[in-house]
Amino acid sequence: MIEEIFSNILIYFVVIPVLMLAGLALCKNIKQIRAVALVGSIALMALSVYVLVDYLQLRAAGETAQMLYTDSWQWFGPLNIHLAVGVDGISIAMLLLSAIILFTGTFASWKIDPMPKEFFLWLILLSTGVFGFFISIDLFTMFMFYEVALIPMYLLIGVWGSGKKNYSAMKLTLMLMGGSAFLMLGLIGIYYHSAPEGGQLTWNLVEISQNNAIDRDWQYFLFPMTFVGFGVLGAMFPFHTWSPDGHASAPTAVSMLHAGVLMKLGGYGCFRVAIYLMPEAANDLAWIFLILTGISVVYGAFSACVQTDLKYINAYSSVSHCGLVLFAILMLNTTAMTGAIMQMLSHGLMTALFFALIGMIYGRTHTRDIREMGGLMKIMPFLAVCYVIAGMASLGLPGLSGFVAEMTIFVGSFQHTDMFHRVFTIVACCSIVITAVYILRVVGKLLFGPVQDEHHLQLTDATWWERFSTVSLIICVAAIGCFPGFFSDLISFTFSENIFKVLGIN
Amino acid sequence: MDYSQFLGMKQEIGLLVVFLLVFFYDTFLSKKAQNGLATVTCGLFGLFTAYTLLCPSVMADATTFGGMYATSPVIATIKNILNIGVFIVLVQSVKWANSESQTMRRGEFYELLLVTLFGMYLMISARHFLLFVIGLEAASLPLAAMVAFDKNRYESREAAIKYILTAVFSSAVFMMGLSFVYGLSGSLYFNEIASAISVNGEVNVLLVLAIAFVIAGVGFKLSLVPFHLWTADVYQGAPTNVTSYLSVISKGATAFAFLVIMVQVFGAFYSQVWEWMLYALIILTITIGNLFAIRQRNMKRFLAFSSVSQAGYIMLGVIALNATGMASLMYYVLVYIFSNLAAFGVLGAIENNTGKVSMDDYNGLYKTNPRLSLAMMLAMFSLAGIPPFAGFFSKFFIFTGALEQGSIAIYMLVLIALINTIISLYYYLLVVKAMFINDNETPIATFKSHWSERLGLWISVGGILLLGIVSCAYNYILELTQSSNMFAGLL
Repeated sequence: MIEEIFSNILIYFVVIPVLMLAGLALCKNIKQIRAVALVGSIALMALSVYVLVDYLQLRAAGETAQMLYTDSWQWFGPLNIHLAVGVDGISIAMLLLSAIILFTGTFASWKIDPMPKEFFLWLILLSTGVFGFFISIDLFTMFMFYEVALIPMYLLIGVWGSGKKNYSAMKLTLMLMGGSAFLMLGLIGIYYHSAPEGGQLTWNLVEISQNNAIDRDWQYFLFPMTFVGFGVLGAMFPFHTWSPDGHASAPTAVSMLHAGVLMKLGGYGCFRVAIYLMPEAANDLAWIFLILTGISVVYGAFSACVQTDLKYINAYSSVSHCGLVLFAILMLNTTAMTGAIMQMLSHGLMTALFFALIGMIYGRTHTRDIREMGGLMKIMPFLAVCYVIAGMASLGLPGLSGFVAEMTIFVGSFQHTDMFHRVFTIVACCSIVITAVYILRVVGKLLFGPVQDEHHLQLTDATWWERFSTVSLIICVAAIGCFPGFFSDLISFTFSENIFKVLGIN
Repeated sequence: MDYSQFLGMKQEIGLLVVFLLVFFYDTFLSKKAQNGLATVTCGLFGLFTAYTLLCPSVMADATTFGGMYATSPVIATIKNILNIGVFIVLVQSVKWANSESQTMRRGEFYELLLVTLFGMYLMISARHFLLFVIGLEAASLPLAAMVAFDKNRYESREAAIKYILTAVFSSAVFMMGLSFVYGLSGSLYFNEIASAISVNGEVNVLLVLAIAFVIAGVGFKLSLVPFHLWTADVYQGAPTNVTSYLSVISKGATAFAFLVIMVQVFGAFYSQVWEWMLYALIILTITIGNLFAIRQRNMKRFLAFSSVSQAGYIMLGVIALNATGMASLMYYVLVYIFSNLAAFGVLGAIENNTGKVSMDDYNGLYKTNPRLSLAMMLAMFSLAGIPPFAGFFSKFFIFTGALEQGSIAIYMLVLIALINTIISLYYYLLVVKAMFINDNETPIATFKSHWSERLGLWISVGGILLLGIVSCAYNYILELTQSSNMFAGLL
């Protein structure tokens, strides 16, 4: 049993973080802590790259199973709960994203203070949850890892945060856990309807979708439960309010990980559980959630225009971009969904880059208010240029990741010929313009305007670890922008059959 | 007469042996030897617990006293679960029992405690209401003496008065219900009552009243809202070890006994009569318990209200009325024992060493006593149902059990319960926040806790960490309940 578990490569995505936790617990000083965090995150990155390459080779060799590396070990036998793992292109993309952001996040918290050991313990616990979530295909295990990823946020923000951190930490935790309350009900409900009358009930995603036994009435009840449950983490209007406060108060690495990876759990869950298992209800009820996500896209962008705190601007921009992910998923066609996954990758990297840069700027100027800063291009050119690049990616400049993702989404969305979808697509498209407004506003004020504060003139540019983490993120952003075909090939296999056959649409 | 049938009562006999040994030790040994009484009791009880856990013949089915008493693998398991809890309570109480003020009376404490446990055994095993009432009284009245154990403290005396009045009142209500039942059926045997009252399947007023009285009588013991009013005061006034005993062992035993009565006696009237009563009680209990817990600053009152709302979750295992629900209830009790005893262990250690019980005193505890804070944090997370700690699994399974019957009403009930978990998460996080985030200029000084307190905490924390991830406990219980025939013929 134990040997079988360890012969599956995916399980190491959980084993490595757990080993890191054990290693951190034994650490005595900051150097050891950094070493453990660094070695572990490099190992995770290497592992995800290996899985990526291996996956592509398997697919090239004609492997047609929906999920690869699948394995399933009985856990709570009488309830048929298994520790079941398996990945497809989407999960691999998400695993890669998480590994990259964890790696850069480690650099961003190079000088965390106080209690570095505890900080990294919680951070790694969070990533254990994230990795576990992406490799699981058993609803129970998935949900367990999902909650493991949520709770460390409370202490990470509460202890190491800034501003009104107590309020934000509590709000974020309660809202996200509130979402997971609905989710839990939805998941147990799915379990009890997972098999036709008399069949063996199951928690396994693949089996449930093959059984396709949830009748329409129950789908109408369970789909909103799961979609809202995950949607809260995906910052769906009106459940997005935790996001600005939470991101603004969180320390840099936590904002990066949270906006970059954790919010993707929401989008991924909506796709993988809500839509994948209950496509009929998704088709019928999509309009409700399209309206809500449409509002998040536009409303998030408008809100970002009037904020003066850099982190708030970026948090609202995340609401807008993550709204676009859910929006695209709900379009229920291959192109838009491919775009949604691309947008998750793109937003994850770009927003992590943003938060890293904001953290670095804040670490020097000790303010995040754009009215109190200016002319940073002269003072810290490296950071400023990086900021411009991040901004360009965000507003969708061709060659960077944002363009590809948004383009694909809107092309896919416009395939719907009815009035409702067309109108909402156009409305969502407007967000690109609004994005340009707030990005250029910040860039103009912060980087090019006159120097606001004399003291800022003495500030220094980025240190080596900061350069390293920003440059690696920029490379990734540019890679998606320049080689979109690679990524869309990676994720497109998932869409080739399954859910759309139920709907009869493509 | 064949006396060998009494040998079926292995756990009761074992407990009686422990009791007698403690009693003789306390009565006849020299003053000096008595200093070891607390440790010896722990050791004896530990041996007894190990015996009942490991000896397979304990698990045999048996009935005795002409069918008044019955034991089965499921019943033996719930008793084992209680034993584990009692063992932790005993370990945690060593320091308190050895303290200056208790030396004269610690023998009584252990004797009373073992007697109440004996009463609970009888409640669980009873198949006749006479035996059940004997058990109920044996489990309640000595507890009042235990609540009053710090007799020099005003609160302790007050709490004891409140407790005894409530206990007597609830027994009276319960017995009123029993008299109706007897009038309806002419018997006090569970199975005879069940067949007598369901012979024509008709619901009459007397039956509804009888069920309501029985639920109310037991509801007092379980501190279900609106029968919970004594809880906070008694929990606050009683010595901490007694409070922890009250909140986990007494509650767990009564919950299981309640399940047995509802299933075996009134099972046929589930959807007609008592599903809705229990439905309302659960919603009230969980919600009101939670809302009151938010404002508490005294840790003991805080845990009192938290235990009120936890009782509501436990009742979800009763309303499920199936094998999964029953197994989840037992597992929930098991996990609740470990989580709550971890919380009380930290509370007791701090109270014993510094005398502080207010949540404000816990501010900045992590800086001075990191290990205690971590234990408390685990306890809080487990009570709130955060994975990967055991509380998550027990909550998940109790919801799974309740949803198995699948009516939309139950879905709504579970949804309300789930939303309440968020409220409870809020106040559990308040404790975590106090210890980890809040600043304090005069935090509780670093102290070294007694070996017994540490041992108790290590056991509880070990349970919290392992009971969920290592699945064998739940699987074992669920397989037992699925193979028992309790729910045959129902629904």
